Amino acid sequence: MACSCGNAEENQEKYFAPLKKVLENYDKKAKDLIPVLQETQEEYGYLPQEVLEEIAKSLRVPFSQVYGVVTFYSQFHLEPRGENIIRICMGTACHVRGADKVLDTMKEELGIDDGETTEDLKFTLESVACIGACGLAPVIMVNDNTHGLLTPETTVEVLDQYRG
Amino acid sequence: MDQSIYRSHILICGGTGCVSSGCKEVRSSLEEELAERDLVNEIKVIETGCHGFCEKGPLMIVYPEGVFYCKVQPEDMEEVVEEHILKGKVVERLLYTDPTTGENIPSYQEIDFYKKQQRTALINCGYIDPEEIKEYIATGGYEAIGKALTEMTPQEVIDEVKESGLRGRGGGGFPTGLKWQFASDAEGDKKYVICNADEGDPGAFMDRSILEGDPHVLIEGMILAAYAVGADEGYVYVRAEYPLAIKRLRVALEQAEENGLLGENLFGTDFSFKLRIKEGAGAFVCGEETALMASIEGERGMPRPRPPFPAEKGLWGKPTNINNVETYANVPAIIKEGAEAYKQVGTEGSTGTKVFALTGKINNTGLAEVPMGITMREIIYDIGGGINEGKEFKAVQIGGPSGGCLPEDKLDLTIDYDSLLEVGAMMGSGGLVVMDEDTCMVDVARFFLDFTQSESCGKCTPCRIGTKQMLDILERITVGEGQEGDIELLERLAENIKSTSLCGLGQTAPNPVLSTLRYFRDEYEAHIYEQTCPAGACEELLGAYVIDGEACVGCTVCTEACPVDAIAGEAKEEHLIDEDACIACGACVDKCPVDAITQ
Repeated sequence: MACSCGNAEENQEKYFAPLKKVLENYDKKAKDLIPVLQETQEEYGYLPQEVLEEIAKSLRVPFSQVYGVVTFYSQFHLEPRGENIIRICMGTACHVRGADKVLDTMKEELGIDDGETTEDLKFTLESVACIGACGLAPVIMVNDNTHGLLTPETTVEVLDQYRG
Repeated sequence: MDQSIYRSHILICGGTGCVSSGCKEVRSSLEEELAERDLVNEIKVIETGCHGFCEKGPLMIVYPEGVFYCKVQPEDMEEVVEEHILKGKVVERLLYTDPTTGENIPSYQEIDFYKKQQRTALINCGYIDPEEIKEYIATGGYEAIGKALTEMTPQEVIDEVKESGLRGRGGGGFPTGLKWQFASDAEGDKKYVICNADEGDPGAFMDRSILEGDPHVLIEGMILAAYAVGADEGYVYVRAEYPLAIKRLRVALEQAEENGLLGENLFGTDFSFKLRIKEGAGAFVCGEETALMASIEGERGMPRPRPPFPAEKGLWGKPTNINNVETYANVPAIIKEGAEAYKQVGTEGSTGTKVFALTGKINNTGLAEVPMGITMREIIYDIGGGINEGKEFKAVQIGGPSGGCLPEDKLDLTIDYDSLLEVGAMMGSGGLVVMDEDTCMVDVARFFLDFTQSESCGKCTPCRIGTKQMLDILERITVGEGQEGDIELLERLAENIKSTSLCGLGQTAPNPVLSTLRYFRDEYEAHIYEQTCPAGACEELLGAYVIDGEACVGCTVCTEACPVDAIAGEAKEEHLIDEDACIACGACVDKCPVDAITQ
């Protein structure tokens, strides 16, 4: 985290304050790595390298192990993410009911590819494995809201709700 | 709990499916209407877990009559209260309409989707408030653990489960009692029980439904297991993609603790048990038991070689019993009613019921719990109402990425663990995805390989490299670049991967390819030798969409239907499709009134 305003130390402290709060709730052992990462990501929106280094230090695990775990699980992200996370279900039920068309429509509408974030940081688009709402296939999740029985047309309508 | 006596109860489904269809708004609208007419003390509104018929949501049942309303909207509530609640007249237009007879059916017991079901694991789902422990207790909940702790020894509990014939509902179908016996026999001062709620199989959502609709049945099942094997600590490993399930389970754990059903010295005995939730972080392989335990320990979720089995050396090296949600949900009934009663349902080798998640190109999608030994035809046609849009049945995919696709001539097969293995499929977690004539079987195989390939953890070479090679070949075939010898190569790779992979993910990954090759080889051959896709699904093998200028009446319906504005043309003039912008979604084809658009 580069800083040129002269208040490096103070800013540093401010930056790590949310992390410190998360760590307070744990015994600082290796077994807590995943829950700590989950809560930290809630706070920062993603997992910046400096934060991961701090986590490695306080849980006393090698940084390489932290990095290994972060890159293993699809829930963790090393890059900043959009305000709205759009998850397109690619499960079997959605696949046979046209999930790829929903994905194509989203890509076209947002002008980004699967896994990317729009430049204004408004939307992140992700195709995901089954989200378990197969009765409503094809289905997507925007943040924690599920939207089902979609067609290319209604996909655009759903997106408009979040464009605001 | 309030003690008022109500003349009527209105159950609104609050499962994930109905939440997405707007049940929360329906509930507030209903409560407003009731309050306006001063009925709040007469009519009780209860938000339940999933009824299983998600496609028709939001769902609502009015008791004591048991009238079943589907696809209810907030604006319908005034009519429901005025007509049904006040005048006793059923609101016909909100009833379920039978897709074959076209008749409206008022009572849910009479709907084909529910008629053939027999519920054990899902018995309370949709009938009780999952966030209220007293409702679970009122249905006989926690009686089994009371009975076990005060009247039975741990070995007697294990014997009862063994005698019941219960087999693991999550995949392989290993006998549950035997698993418990191994964990019980293992030596160790500390033991664990784990619930695998990392339901990752695409097309399966029964575990989610139990967690959301009846979390206490899982907790009770786990306490019984802990008592039987001698564990004092347990974990429920739930995938993070199920936020509502996690929330309800958390509420249930708190209530169980407050009521002395979890914690120290349960029922005044010296048996103590602590239960915690662990959230998964998005890795399908964590559904494999050894990978799941690595994940709880804070590591990458990679499988370990077995033996040693978890019963001997599991979580943190201690003996561990691990079962899935539906398996645990069956246990309280076995202890309460006895193994003899439990065995009356199902077949000799596969006792009890199984919950299937019925999805795909079928009229009634949702969860159906049926006795083992039922035929596929009964599930798809009697419960599922047949194929939608009047299309032809082609195949049913059972068991997720580990399972297989079965063709029409296997529809009369009776379903149990062993019969499915014989025909090249497996029970898996019970996902049933129905496919019609428009589904390409090569594409389905490619889809599953794409899934397992990206979820392979990379620890062992056969799975890491082998699935990639198989996927490459399948991708080539679906874009029309298949070569002679590809089918044989796929078969050889499949056999190698099956026999040499470290865990279940790799060992079963080739199943979708092998089963489609077994039953739909001609489709592979058509792609390879004739560069055609008989189902018309593989885009690269079809031409671009074009509008027939002579047939086009210039109505502009298609220009409006196109989500990417790829169709140009003024009213009453011929329209044109911009091939580069077209995403081939087919929306225009469906809307064109004169069928002028073809591929």
